[in-house]
Amino acid sequence: MLRWLMNVGLLCRKEFHSLMRDFVLMGLIVFAFSAAIVLVAHGVRVDVANATVAFIDEDHSALSRQLRSVVLPPYFKPPFLTNRNDASIGMDNGAYNFVIDIPPRFEADVLAGRTPQIQELIDATAMTQAGLGSVYLQQIFLGEVEAQLHSPDINKLMPFHPESRIRFNPNSESAWFTSVMQVVTNATILSIVLVGAAVIREREHGTIEHLLVLPVSASQIAIGKILANGAVIFVASLLSLWIVVHIGLAVPIAGSPLLFAACLILYLFSVTSLGMMLATIAPTMPQFGLLVVPVYAVAYLLSGAATPVESMPEAVQSLVRFFPTTQFVKISQSILYRGAGLESIWPSLLAIVLSSTLFLAMALLRFRSMLARQD
Amino acid sequence: MAASPSEICVEGVSHAYNGHDVLHDISLTLPAGQTIAFIGPDGVGKSTLLGLIAGVRHLQRGTIHTLGVDISNRTAREAFLSRLAFMPQGLGKNLYPTLSVRENIDFFGRLFALDATARANRITHLLDATGLAPFPDRPAGHLSGGMKQKVSLCCSLVHEPDLLILDEPTTGVDPLSRRQFWALVEQMRAERPSMTVIVSTAYMDEAERFSWLVAMNGGRILASGPTADVKKQTHTTTVEAAYVSLLPAADQKEISDFTIPPYQDDGSPPVIDAENLTRKFGSFTAVDHVSFRIRRGEIFGFLGSNGCGKSTTMKMLTGLLDITSGTATLFGHPITPGDMKTRMRIGYMSQGFSLYEELTVRQNLMLQAELFQIPSAEAKLRVESMLKSFQLAEEADSRPTGLPLGFRQRLQLAAACINNPDILILDEPTSGVDPAARDMFWKHLVALSRQKRVTIFVSTHFMNEAARCDRISLMDKGKVLAMGTPAEITHEEGASTLEDAFISCLEKAGNSIAVAKPQQPTPATGALRTIPPYIRWFSRCWAFARREAVELMRDRLRLMFAILGPTILLLISAYSISFDINTIRYTVVDYDQTHASRELVQQFRGSRYFQETAFSPNRETLETRIRHGQAAMGLDIPPGFGRDVAAGRNPAIGVVIDGAMPFLSANVRSYTDAVLLTYMANMQKTLPASVTSGLIPVSIVPRFVYNQEFRSIYAMTPGTIMLALILVPTMLTALGVVREKEIGSIMNLYASPASSGQYLVGKQLPYVALALMAYLVLVALSVTVLGVPLKGSFIGLSIGAVLYILASTGLGLLISTFVSSQVAAIFGTAIICLIMSANFSGLLYPVSTLTGFTYYLGKSFPASWFQLISLGSFTKGLGIKSFLSMYLALGGFAALYMVGARLFLKKQDT
Repeated sequence: MLRWLMNVGLLCRKEFHSLMRDFVLMGLIVFAFSAAIVLVAHGVRVDVANATVAFIDEDHSALSRQLRSVVLPPYFKPPFLTNRNDASIGMDNGAYNFVIDIPPRFEADVLAGRTPQIQELIDATAMTQAGLGSVYLQQIFLGEVEAQLHSPDINKLMPFHPESRIRFNPNSESAWFTSVMQVVTNATILSIVLVGAAVIREREHGTIEHLLVLPVSASQIAIGKILANGAVIFVASLLSLWIVVHIGLAVPIAGSPLLFAACLILYLFSVTSLGMMLATIAPTMPQFGLLVVPVYAVAYLLSGAATPVESMPEAVQSLVRFFPTTQFVKISQSILYRGAGLESIWPSLLAIVLSSTLFLAMALLRFRSMLARQD
Repeated sequence: MAASPSEICVEGVSHAYNGHDVLHDISLTLPAGQTIAFIGPDGVGKSTLLGLIAGVRHLQRGTIHTLGVDISNRTAREAFLSRLAFMPQGLGKNLYPTLSVRENIDFFGRLFALDATARANRITHLLDATGLAPFPDRPAGHLSGGMKQKVSLCCSLVHEPDLLILDEPTTGVDPLSRRQFWALVEQMRAERPSMTVIVSTAYMDEAERFSWLVAMNGGRILASGPTADVKKQTHTTTVEAAYVSLLPAADQKEISDFTIPPYQDDGSPPVIDAENLTRKFGSFTAVDHVSFRIRRGEIFGFLGSNGCGKSTTMKMLTGLLDITSGTATLFGHPITPGDMKTRMRIGYMSQGFSLYEELTVRQNLMLQAELFQIPSAEAKLRVESMLKSFQLAEEADSRPTGLPLGFRQRLQLAAACINNPDILILDEPTSGVDPAARDMFWKHLVALSRQKRVTIFVSTHFMNEAARCDRISLMDKGKVLAMGTPAEITHEEGASTLEDAFISCLEKAGNSIAVAKPQQPTPATGALRTIPPYIRWFSRCWAFARREAVELMRDRLRLMFAILGPTILLLISAYSISFDINTIRYTVVDYDQTHASRELVQQFRGSRYFQETAFSPNRETLETRIRHGQAAMGLDIPPGFGRDVAAGRNPAIGVVIDGAMPFLSANVRSYTDAVLLTYMANMQKTLPASVTSGLIPVSIVPRFVYNQEFRSIYAMTPGTIMLALILVPTMLTALGVVREKEIGSIMNLYASPASSGQYLVGKQLPYVALALMAYLVLVALSVTVLGVPLKGSFIGLSIGAVLYILASTGLGLLISTFVSSQVAAIFGTAIICLIMSANFSGLLYPVSTLTGFTYYLGKSFPASWFQLISLGSFTKGLGIKSFLSMYLALGGFAALYMVGARLFLKKQDT
């Protein structure tokens, strides 16, 4: 056993040497965990944000101008004024998410209490903006017209009023969410690619054969690769979370960093094993490259980092219960945002451990048959 | 100095590699129309100098005029390349393994712009002349080393070059094939006497047949002149002797004969015992009932051409390959995989270099020693002594990558010996190693065998090495032809030398040394008909495209992944990705417990968007349940709620929302507000009308356009097509160039008149076609299986798809020319494409909502433009006219990426 550990340690050290030699790769890893995170955190808003609104104003009254002036950031970009034809083109090419059509004599009708209609055209292909954005616009316009009319506050007339308290991210900062999710996504891709490609490179260069003639077992080689590459990704992810996300982007971390680190280790073990398993399926590097694309893309799309797992069909929801990526996204959200402890994340953790056992077992089973293939 | 077209003029040429000087100020004039041999041991700079003369390697210092052409002048060099043939070092290095013999030669014919008739004639003639005519359709990868070299020679000669440069063409080739090879070269020269042939070799006997000799050592020229003159000057009769006498006195001592003490059998049981050993790969039998016994301390040689089953036998003995049938024992124990005790006693050296290029010489040895469980302190000592005895001390801290082959082989042997093994299994340990280094090798082996009684099992195709073995076994096509001491075998065959005995054995087994005389005389001695210049550009592109396409067509796994990957992606994302909120789990803490509060909860139960979970007994539990993700929303109804409502005091009701996912929390809040509003509106029905009238001054009528039902699938399907067509095509081309660089076939580009532009476009085309097929499958699936109608123009969408695929495959090529390893190419492509297309291209969040830098970032990536076309034609019913600006942008990206790749890809080795 001690011997086993020592060999794994020796192979790990060799793995580090190999990694450090590829400067372009090291550069890419640094980029993926620093600049890429900042870009996504700053650029992407997951709720309604910076939506584009265009007005067709056929009234040209003080009230219609007033309605334009209350379409404000951060939900909306300053509105455009346009005509019917340009509005249609603008919606076609995606420049306008919303078009507000104010009819002639709008102000006069409002003052006369005739309840005029405002048309609100919504580009329903912009799924993240359309639903909520239209509700926000309605609330803003109603509120503004009432304010202009000096009518009594509608909320005061209601029998009661809701008092929303949003926990964990009270101001709904997108960056809090996107930055952490991007770290997880990049760590996933890197784990699959790095370990898988390392195996294939050793195969293509014949070095793995050499190792297997030494008193070294396949399991030692596999674990050595998983540990060494996993360790690099582990350090990179934690540094990224601490320096880029926590300090740079000022995202608070609610839960125990130690618990998160432990979960991250288990998760990385699982995805690096997945990478190794894929490498035993695809014999050459170009084939491996193509095989990993759907794997990481599907893992990302179903992870819950892109869209809510709760919105997926029942069947998919039960399926992703066994996906390590989805479960780790869940764990990350629980620990980092909600400050949850082991008692609430253990089912996800169990799924991750089970998946890594499965992947590793498959990889080891196929390891020798992979070598025997004649090429 | 005026450059003569009938000379090769080298002046003041120096060359350094990784800071090490390889060539020192070389000046040399060689006559054209001769056969010229460059001789000298490994690592003296022969290959480098040949590469420079051919113009495939970048000239660092000095000038070279090859047949009157200034090699440093780019235009002149590229025009000259059509008169040159360059065959790089390494067996079949310039061949494409999955292409057949005929296809390989045909590809080179196309590169040199021969027309169809000329190609067909040349191929028939060359195949005839080389004796390859019976197997034109065999894949190059399945040929033996000798045959590979013959095919390589055919490829080089297809365009009738004026200058033929062969870099160590017979290294690693068995004696029979070597004889055939040189007969062939002579025959080709007889057909075309004006052709200059330059060869580098480490086998001195081969140089005898050349008319001009250049002896090199340590990056300098020792002598250059007609072979006869060189021998005369040195008062020697053989090239080998001449070379030795040219060496500085200090070096001469190393090359000397040595004697091997006779083997003495101590009567112990055999150490290696193989009985009817057989290994099959599918229907192919690589090793066929091979039996042998090797005694302790014996040197047992395995002799045979490449691909005869030597390596497979050795791999079975090491446990790397399973035995199909038969038995084999080591030290009396059957071979079992995972038998660590046996492995501790074995040293193995594989045919190719199989140590780590990225570790230094010392690190490699250290790793090896430690894996053999040698304690650290002793390991250090042993590594140092190995470095010393294998003369590697000076290179201890360099990496093997830059070292000459001989050094690398010595390092491998040192590694194999580091555990003081009882058995050494060496697979062609001296292949590509010069004679002096080979002698040193053998001195080690003899010492190990005779003094330490190490059993040595070695394979080789050098006859003088085979003669040093105690016993040898001749192998051919998986079978043992003869076994015994070298003297016995020579005697049995009635031959004078072992080499002749070997060849006679092979001939008996049905091989022929004779070079077939061409059936018909050489067709038209005049110039070969070539393709007219105005379509030459396209025909060269086509040559690359054809070759790439054939390779791709034979790689079933890659074809399958390329179509299946996008399909899976589309189906999964269309079925699974949804922004519809339908099950918001909520919990309630009711401190009021009145009719009003229960009515309120009832309202949520009635909504299809909410799903009730267990009630919380108190506020703390409610918060905990949200913290643990058991509920996304919590209703906190305060005490006295019912009373306050009735009294019109407008009490507050707490709505606690899990904000971990901002998109969800915003929706949860909005949906909760809506339910509460409905509830209040219902309550107010009981209030007097005067209170509620006039509350709503305007009515706002929302109208969802393009996607009236507001279903995610209509938005996600066009988006996923965009996603799949950037992720997959980019990955298809991303390995193209960097892989050819790693394998070495990029040399064909350097040595051919084709430009890197033609190469890149040719490489791109097959993948564009494959990606277009994937696109058609995706569109068909979307319309039929997923039921997402294509409302707009199919032509409009397809034009966009073609341009988009051109851009994405172009991006892959750009990445491929930029990175230094295949790993970096895969990771870089994956990370760049996924980040850009998932975040900044409108897949989930419209590009128009991006701000500042990221907006422009999104716009500077082709995916965002194709997203507009995809969405536009699927959901908005748009056509070609609406997409003109997007076409322009996509076309621009495609051009930009290709120009970038063209700039990064140099047409010379640096």
